[in-house]
Amino acid sequence: MPHAANEPLMKVPDAALERGRMLLGRARWAASRLAQMDRAAIQRIVDAVAEAGHAKARAFAEAAVRETGYGVVEHKVMKNEACSRGLVALYRGEDFVSPRIDAERKIVELPRPAGVVFALIPVTNPVATVYFKTLLALMTRNAVVLSPHPGAKGVCTEAAHVLAAAAKAAGAPDGAIQVIEEPTIPLIEALMRDERVDLIVATGGPAVVKAAYRSGNPAMGVGPGNAPVLVDDTADVTEAAKRIVASKSFDNSILCTNESTVLAYASIADRLLAAMKAAGAHICTPAETEKVRALLFRDDGFNTAMIGKDAALIAKEAGFSANGAKILVTQVTLVQPEEKLVREKLCPVLAFARVDGLDQAIASARSMMRRSGKGHTAGVHSKREATILAFAAAVPALRFAVNAGCSLGASGFETHLGPSMTIGTGFAGGSSIGDNLTPHHFVHFARVAYNKAASETFGDFRGLDPLDLPKPSAPPRLVASTGAAGEADADALRRELRRIILEELNAVLAA
Amino acid sequence: MYDYGLFRYESKADLLDTAIRYWNPDKTKFWQKLGVDLVIDRREGYFLYDMSGRRLIDLHLNGGTYNFGHRHPELVETLKYALDYFDMGNHWFPSVARSALAEELVGISPGLKYAVFGAGGAEAVEIALKSARFATKRRRILSIYKGYHGHSGLSVATGDDRFSKIFLADRPEEFEQVPFNDLAAMERALSGRDVAALIIETIPATYGFPMPDDGYLPACKALCQKYGTIYIADEVQTGLMRTGEMWGWQSYGVQPDIYVTAKGLSGGLYPISAAVVDERCGDWLNIDGAAHITTTGGAELGCIVALKVLEMLQRPAVVANVAAVTEFFANGMAEMMRRHGDIFSGVRQKGVVLGLEFDHPEGAVHVSRALYEHGVWAIFSSLDKRVLQFKPGVLLSVDLCEEILDRFDAAMPRARELMHAARKAA
Ligand SMILES: Cc1ncc(COP(=O)(O)O)c(C=O)c1O
Repeated sequence: MPHAANEPLMKVPDAALERGRMLLGRARWAASRLAQMDRAAIQRIVDAVAEAGHAKARAFAEAAVRETGYGVVEHKVMKNEACSRGLVALYRGEDFVSPRIDAERKIVELPRPAGVVFALIPVTNPVATVYFKTLLALMTRNAVVLSPHPGAKGVCTEAAHVLAAAAKAAGAPDGAIQVIEEPTIPLIEALMRDERVDLIVATGGPAVVKAAYRSGNPAMGVGPGNAPVLVDDTADVTEAAKRIVASKSFDNSILCTNESTVLAYASIADRLLAAMKAAGAHICTPAETEKVRALLFRDDGFNTAMIGKDAALIAKEAGFSANGAKILVTQVTLVQPEEKLVREKLCPVLAFARVDGLDQAIASARSMMRRSGKGHTAGVHSKREATILAFAAAVPALRFAVNAGCSLGASGFETHLGPSMTIGTGFAGGSSIGDNLTPHHFVHFARVAYNKAASETFGDFRGLDPLDLPKPSAPPRLVASTGAAGEADADALRRELRRIILEELNAVLAA
Repeated sequence: MYDYGLFRYESKADLLDTAIRYWNPDKTKFWQKLGVDLVIDRREGYFLYDMSGRRLIDLHLNGGTYNFGHRHPELVETLKYALDYFDMGNHWFPSVARSALAEELVGISPGLKYAVFGAGGAEAVEIALKSARFATKRRRILSIYKGYHGHSGLSVATGDDRFSKIFLADRPEEFEQVPFNDLAAMERALSGRDVAALIIETIPATYGFPMPDDGYLPACKALCQKYGTIYIADEVQTGLMRTGEMWGWQSYGVQPDIYVTAKGLSGGLYPISAAVVDERCGDWLNIDGAAHITTTGGAELGCIVALKVLEMLQRPAVVANVAAVTEFFANGMAEMMRRHGDIFSGVRQKGVVLGLEFDHPEGAVHVSRALYEHGVWAIFSSLDKRVLQFKPGVLLSVDLCEEILDRFDAAMPRARELMHAARKAA
């Protein structure tokens, strides 16, 4: 009797975990081979991968918006380009592969890649982060296993396959770039705990970051942002307004570095609002503000359906019209976590508060970050150094974008910070790194350090390649003593033959 | 005290004593004498643990039985689930599990038609030889000198007479042997047109994995065709991805009329074997399907494990891993030979099937012992003791491969010492 339910008659094991483990094993093989490659070979692979990603920047930007519903295609194209060709151009001059000789300090440094990098990919910036983490891993001779957020698994899988094919064609070992095509939380948590993972790089929600740190494997996780932006009375108000609007509307605020709340000196607040309006912001009435608050913040938290949506669409959903607006500005009087509008909003809604001076600005910034955003980002628009420093000294952010938009400023594309899709939130933000993630985080160095004493001279390591050192000779042969003379002769002849063959073999192997 | 619930031993010595008393005195003493005092207790992945608790990396794998390692979790889980629904089944009736496995096996065996099941390798060989006799109506069987096909009635008669004479099971009038890689001898033996089957291991395992010469196996097949003989590939040690493809005959470009698979098909958990036959050799299944009967052969639990084994072997990650392990040991053993060429004289390799040649008539026995002392278990070839069988599993990780090579390297001075002492004693 065929049975009714869709359940099979016999249970079968969940092969997903086993497949995932095999994928890690494959990555380990790739890592061991990558570690044997020289700089030229690595650069060829990196270039090929960057070019392949760049060529598909638009197609994947469109696919990402289609799949996730988040962000703006044009802006995603920019990010995808910046995180492929742009990233590679930036680090072209740096060498993460060859030994470094520091004759002054009598130290030789040998790069040691992490091995297998397990890279979590957020739903908000899926393709750019796939490109970014893959290239960082390859530059430093690591294999990467990409673990996309389930909401972006389609486009991430496709992007990973494109990069992997390009890498393979350029000489990368099998398994250098792999992707978990069917991610689930139990699967990812199990894989993160696996001993075959050398480093987890977690970008995503706090839950996944905490899970990464709980895994027992080395991890770099980053916490959420919630950037306060100070605009004081020395700021170029028009420029500040333009930058803030541009940044807040960039990819519909989906970068975690985006502005959360403007803290404007009261003396310039009205001028700033007017300039923002001129730059394309819709300044909400108190009634509209109430509607936006109600739309974005539900009883069970942030309304994720609004992440990365257009300002006009958000207004429409809230029940008013703001056609053509780039961002919505909602004015608040209380800058404390209980005012929901001063929390992180991954959408083009910007809170705006008036402060009567620096002390109140600092107190407000600290207050709003108490709930979330510590270790992340803040912005300052000012020409007064003492104000800038006082704000930076007191506010618990680790990067302050000065006279620049936060989205692209704090993420290093419009400042000289490391351009990054992954923003270290440091100890305050529950992370082991405080910098923007760069290739330097993926490689350690074995240090060969000589005795300081002047009597001990530093060796000459120039021209020595650890991947291609002369082979030590084989141990001397043990000559067996045998009985009969004839047999001994035959033995001696065979030994002599073997010696000659061995020498030839050695020559071939050493070549 | 070793308490296993159903039985217990005071000590390892107590067990050895019991084994000598009730099980197999000679085998038990043989290993003790050789310095390999192994009694396998716990086992997991590619590790074996002696009763003393000492860990060994398993490169013996019982000829590929533990291709996936010991008690692979996915296979164990499969078998446990299967036990909630199935048992061995009734061999008289068509069965869901048996049919599914037969379909799968035939599906991955181009040119062949039916799968006939047994419980062990010898039984499947038996089925193969009987099928060939049925198809050709001839009686004579040709095999390779030092070939090994198991120890049942017909299969043992194909092999080395060490195993047949003692039981008066040799049958020289029906069974003939020719040297491996000798086509002229093969043709001489076949040209009488009275040979039912040539049975040949794709790479003769117990003989130390001598590699077939280029074109040798296809030429054997051509001779078989020319003289009306059935070509039986014994894939017991070369099948299941061990040569880099699912079946060894595929990696040598030879189409058998029948092939035999066993050992690893069971996942090391539930015995099962199969002879996969072409239409002509399998025609007895149309005439009298009960002509060959086996109660335990093709037990449904075994079929389910085997299906899982075949599914796992076809995963791209497993195929890639086999390639990686193959390349690792090709390079690694070349380097070991460079370092230890005074005693280590040659490498035979196809995929993850390796035979390592040592420069002493019993070289591999000494190396086996030296490796054992260094935490690695690899067995010498029974029929050529110069050659160590070195059989990495298909799922070996890079880390474990590196560990194996480091241990191998470290064991060589000891192997050198043992060989030296043996030479002196001789
Ligand atoms: C090549 C080959 N054929 C057949 C057999 C026989 O298999 P079993 O021991 O399962 O009967 C073996 C066993 O070692 C073998 O190696």
